[in-house]
Amino acid sequence: MRDIQASAIAETISRLCVEANLHLPADVLRALQSARAAEPYAPAADLLDILIRNADTARETAMPICQDTGTAVVFAEVGQDAHIVGSLEEAVRAGVARGYTDGLLRKSVVGDPLRRVNTGDNTPAVLHTRLVPGDQVKLTVAPKGCGSENMSRLKMLVPAEGAEGVKRFVLETVRLAGANPCPPVILGVGIGGNFESVALLAKQALLRPLDEVTEDPYYRSLEAELLEAVNATGIGPQGLGGRTTCLGVRICAAATHIASLPVAVNVSCHVTRHATAVL
Amino acid sequence: MIRLTTPLTEEKVRSLHAGDHVLLSGTVYTARDAAHQRMLQCLAEGKPLPIELEGQVIYYAGPTPTPPGKPIGSIGPTTSTRMDSATPTLLALGLRGMIGKGQRSPAVMRAMQEHPAVYFAAVGGAAALMAACVTSCEVIAWDDLGPESVKRLTLKDLPLVVAADCFGGDAFRLGQEDYLRSVR
Repeated sequence: MRDIQASAIAETISRLCVEANLHLPADVLRALQSARAAEPYAPAADLLDILIRNADTARETAMPICQDTGTAVVFAEVGQDAHIVGSLEEAVRAGVARGYTDGLLRKSVVGDPLRRVNTGDNTPAVLHTRLVPGDQVKLTVAPKGCGSENMSRLKMLVPAEGAEGVKRFVLETVRLAGANPCPPVILGVGIGGNFESVALLAKQALLRPLDEVTEDPYYRSLEAELLEAVNATGIGPQGLGGRTTCLGVRICAAATHIASLPVAVNVSCHVTRHATAVL
Repeated sequence: MIRLTTPLTEEKVRSLHAGDHVLLSGTVYTARDAAHQRMLQCLAEGKPLPIELEGQVIYYAGPTPTPPGKPIGSIGPTTSTRMDSATPTLLALGLRGMIGKGQRSPAVMRAMQEHPAVYFAAVGGAAALMAACVTSCEVIAWDDLGPESVKRLTLKDLPLVVAADCFGGDAFRLGQEDYLRSVR
């Protein structure tokens, strides 16, 4: 057993909230730069230049990349030989409150979905905890803006629809989203599992670096095919036309029931932020 | 590039066409979901609105908190369609312009022709860069809404695209068609 103080978790969460909101991940920046180089439509290329300049400005001036600093989505992988001294949930809450307050991030959370009073410190976070082997705690903060989150969709397909059904659903989602999610988007696609787990698969897919090679050749080619199809829609940056509608498609698949083919598309904008630390 | 200063007149609005690039300066007001609901509530109860809408521009935006020594935090547009249900009512009261991102509903597009108005798209996700185009920010109503309060901003050359004009023109449709034609 190894002791990990809840206060150290709070401190780390606070730091990761700020880091994620100020620094566009290197893989996303590289994807923007290569999309810019490949963009044949001049107005679209200009818009991509603005997004690249914005990421540089955010880093250099310590300003959030986007004003929607998101809901704080936190993934905690807790080693089963680690002993957290204090409450994990309370530490995450305190860390988010401190990070969003001291880091001058926007407080975008209301305490109740219908009565809608702002909680004032961006808590609560959305916390996903998983027990893993080992004695460490791995924390990832992935702030998620809602311009893109609102465009996300889930559908229970029937198995006969297969990969073609998944492709149709992904493309339909992108077309319905249109200009709303601030394209170029990044798509996290969950396939399989069941109703509640497929949405989490889609969210986890967004954590996969855009330049990470997908090991399974079947899904590697499905990701490439989807990316090409989405970039043939013509929606383009900001929905104003162009090739670059999407910077990357990431799929997470899981076992499912013989009667079922769940699919979820978590739409994200280019500001697909995440920062990780291990305690 | 067209330079424009608020307030907007019908004449200025009629000179703008979907796809035009504009640098906007002058006073605009932020209002998003909750502020729109409160404005509708004021109207239903016969109470005055916190802003006189005639000739004004509403920016659908909620900035990050203002850092010390700066006029404003990061600020960019939020998705306009969430305000669509309230927009025709505000246009009928003289609202002349809106800044946001994404397409508008057919009802808003019709109301913009009936009460000539312009809808600008700002670059979503470029909020750190666009903060430099705001020279002042002051909360004027509903401070309890936090990021959703109504704020008076002074803009200096905010780069915008005319996304929808008062003739029914739609820059999203035009841009996408133009691109697809260019690669056919």
